[in-house]
Amino acid sequence: MTELVEELARQVPDLRKLQAFAGAAAHTPYLADPQAKLHRKLCVSLEDAIRRSGLRDGMTISFHHAFREGDKVINQVVNKLAEMGFKDLTLATSSLLNCHDPLVEHFKSGVITQVYTSGLRGKIGEAISRGVLPRPVQIHSHGGRVNLLQSGELKIDVAFLGVSCCDEFGNASGSQGKLICGALGYAKVDAQYARSVVLLTAELVPFPNHPASISQDQVDLIVHLDDVGDPTLISKGAARTTKNPRELLIASLAADVVEHSGHFRDGFSMQTGSGASSIAATRFLGEKMAETGITASFALGGITGGIAELHAKGLIKTVIDVQSFDSDAAESLRLGQAHIEISANEYANPTSKGAYVDRIDVVILAALEIDLGFNVNVITGSDGVLRGASGGHCDVAAAANLAIVVAPLVRGRLPTVVSKVTTVVTPGESIGVLVTDQGIAVNSKHPELAKRLLDAGLPVVGIEELHRRAIALTGEPEPLKFLDRIVGLIRYRDGTVIDVVRQVDERE
Amino acid sequence: MEIVKNAIAGTLESSDVLVKVSPSQDGTVTLHIQSEVIKQFGKQIRATVMQTLEALSVSAATIVVSDKGALDCVIRARVQAAVLRAADAQDLDWNVL
Amino acid sequence: MKLRRSMLFVPGDAAGMVSTSFVFKPDTIMFDLEDAVSPREKDSARLLVYQALRHPAYRDIETAVRINELDTEYGPKDLEMAVRGGADLIRLPKTETAADIELLDRHITRIEQACGRPIGQTRVIAAIESASGVVNAVSITRASPRMIAVALAGFDYLVDMQSERSGGSEPELFYARAAVLHAARAAGIGAYDVAYGDVNDIGGFLREVMIAKNLGFNGKSLIHPRQIQPLHKAYAPTRQELAYARRVIEAAEKAKREGLGVTSLDGKMIDPPVIAHAELVIRRAEAA
Repeated sequence: MTELVEELARQVPDLRKLQAFAGAAAHTPYLADPQAKLHRKLCVSLEDAIRRSGLRDGMTISFHHAFREGDKVINQVVNKLAEMGFKDLTLATSSLLNCHDPLVEHFKSGVITQVYTSGLRGKIGEAISRGVLPRPVQIHSHGGRVNLLQSGELKIDVAFLGVSCCDEFGNASGSQGKLICGALGYAKVDAQYARSVVLLTAELVPFPNHPASISQDQVDLIVHLDDVGDPTLISKGAARTTKNPRELLIASLAADVVEHSGHFRDGFSMQTGSGASSIAATRFLGEKMAETGITASFALGGITGGIAELHAKGLIKTVIDVQSFDSDAAESLRLGQAHIEISANEYANPTSKGAYVDRIDVVILAALEIDLGFNVNVITGSDGVLRGASGGHCDVAAAANLAIVVAPLVRGRLPTVVSKVTTVVTPGESIGVLVTDQGIAVNSKHPELAKRLLDAGLPVVGIEELHRRAIALTGEPEPLKFLDRIVGLIRYRDGTVIDVVRQVDERE
Repeated sequence: MEIVKNAIAGTLESSDVLVKVSPSQDGTVTLHIQSEVIKQFGKQIRATVMQTLEALSVSAATIVVSDKGALDCVIRARVQAAVLRAADAQDLDWNVL
Repeated sequence: MKLRRSMLFVPGDAAGMVSTSFVFKPDTIMFDLEDAVSPREKDSARLLVYQALRHPAYRDIETAVRINELDTEYGPKDLEMAVRGGADLIRLPKTETAADIELLDRHITRIEQACGRPIGQTRVIAAIESASGVVNAVSITRASPRMIAVALAGFDYLVDMQSERSGGSEPELFYARAAVLHAARAAGIGAYDVAYGDVNDIGGFLREVMIAKNLGFNGKSLIHPRQIQPLHKAYAPTRQELAYARRVIEAAEKAKREGLGVTSLDGKMIDPPVIAHAELVIRRAEAA
């Protein structure tokens, strides 16, 4: 064989790198070993998996957040990495929640020195705002994260992906078994781009496991963990429609805006967030759909039980799910009746060949703050501390035909409408309408929409008037004080920097 | 008005403020403010409390304010109520409220 | 006549609710200093309501204050505050006789004079909460030019009657409703129906609304913002009612232009009461 290859190299020099055949299992030695052939991916422990993954100091690890506040994967893995003495790691999660507070210790000790995430809350947000990390946290949108992976800026060395069940080859799902989380839209992307993929599974099931969200051809290692997540926190039922009368008022107005937006036609497409007013708006919209006979061709998200319910009633034809927010949504996905799972790339990546957000007619979103230019802040609280998530906000707002923001005009003593937001996550040009409990403002980009809503009898007053009303109630807030040091970057979905977050100034 | 005893008014519920008034230790007004929105509205809360005390002719008192995001009108009302209770006042001069 | 369908009760000592209730836009906001407030907090609530009455956010909404009875230590102080604070309406609880209203009227006049408010500007709603009140309704509703409405308070009334709610068509309230309504109409003022206590039962609430609406009640006392929209919707005319009302107004205007006294529409005479009703229907539709 060697002579053949040598002769080939002489005749066609640029083929000299080709190697001669050396046996069927030469490059896949596990095929020669019946045990290894089938079971080679199984690890006896998390530590075993980490060793076999090839992880070294300074590398990048990734996780997804589909287990929501019930997730136990991130804390377990990072605790183990700390125990094993790893340092200087880059943490790239699709998001971080309150349950991940224990990570702060690992920021302080230098186990993790850089973070990429779409959201951060609780003690993590506070610690980073106070400068615990040596480098600014990179905050990206869900679509933007895929862009960073594709551009090569974010290179995942080892992805640790919690799943509800998988077989010993790695065909994994979030929708079967006892610890269901629903769609694994973010995990799917990591499985594709990470150099080494480790599945942490709540259940090992017989081969072949299907339907599978993650395929065996992307998986390197598998660990069966007792404690992938807390079922009481993951398997929470759909958030009941709020009883708070202000949230209901806002939701009802939002549904009215959709009704008169010009986009409320049979076959329209929609997306709603997971906030209380968004969920309530879904219900009011459903009532209007039932009354008028208008059905939606699809709903996208971030899927809540409210959407699943409208789907079950036949009001939404197809549900496109990148993440299931509650167990009702997860169950609907499991039943698989025109309820499909997609990846974050299919969902919102601006550089993907086709993102579902591009096909959205109307989306209802939340906001912590919105300013006179309709720029939206969903990441820093009123005290300047990181406390929120970019999520899919700027992705769907940029692409949808109409982006509606819902929020109370004033939260306690804090105005939602401000002259300039503390941090820009979604630029005002992407926002069409703001709906508050004290009036509606329409972006001047849409004069026909403003007229249509006014003619329908809706309380359209303009953003400056809303701002005036807010300040008349609360008084003008003192500007927040920050140090010069930048502790966070807000990356727009295309990778550009749209804003920065500075360290909070705690001095008196 | 003279503060003759300890009194409180208001609650710790959202959008309310708990105001504790007690006699002054040193003949001046001492004001401590705790608030969820101290950064943005601390100054304004202080101003509102001081203006209210002045209108009621209170020149000596110890005031502790625990604010849960109350609007100025609520702060004013609770300070007035606490002061009137602490001064054991029965009659109100409506012109100063 | 101003539309008074919804009168939303707001407990006078609840800072959060007092700070935000204006967003719900009921026809009238009623700050309650009586049953909603414990005796220990009556002084504090009084001061809170005073601030609310003078706040710009409540400038465009009709405001009412339910004072404590005048023979308590609180009532007279509540009244002083409410009139000086600029409340549009005073709701007097447990009105038993015309004399109760006459006394209230005299006090209000005194306070209006003392604080420079136009005499007669403060109006009154009498709440009838007992058998005596029902029996004296006719004289109560005529007792003062300040009277703009009478309200039936169901809970206390039924206790006084040694009766209780039975659901369905509520016969135990029929006489009181009818008596109060007749007294109101005879005096040319409005009538409010009883409050519905189960805020989670909107179905039961609407059944009761229809009973009262069909009898002729102008509106209802509400204890939760959630009840406002359903009430307004129930009082909103149907498309046919609205279309008919518009035709009535058109016919009346046409008759006026042509110098005719009365005219007819679809064989029915369009005289002033018919026109007035059509105007009310249109106003209710616009406000819904």
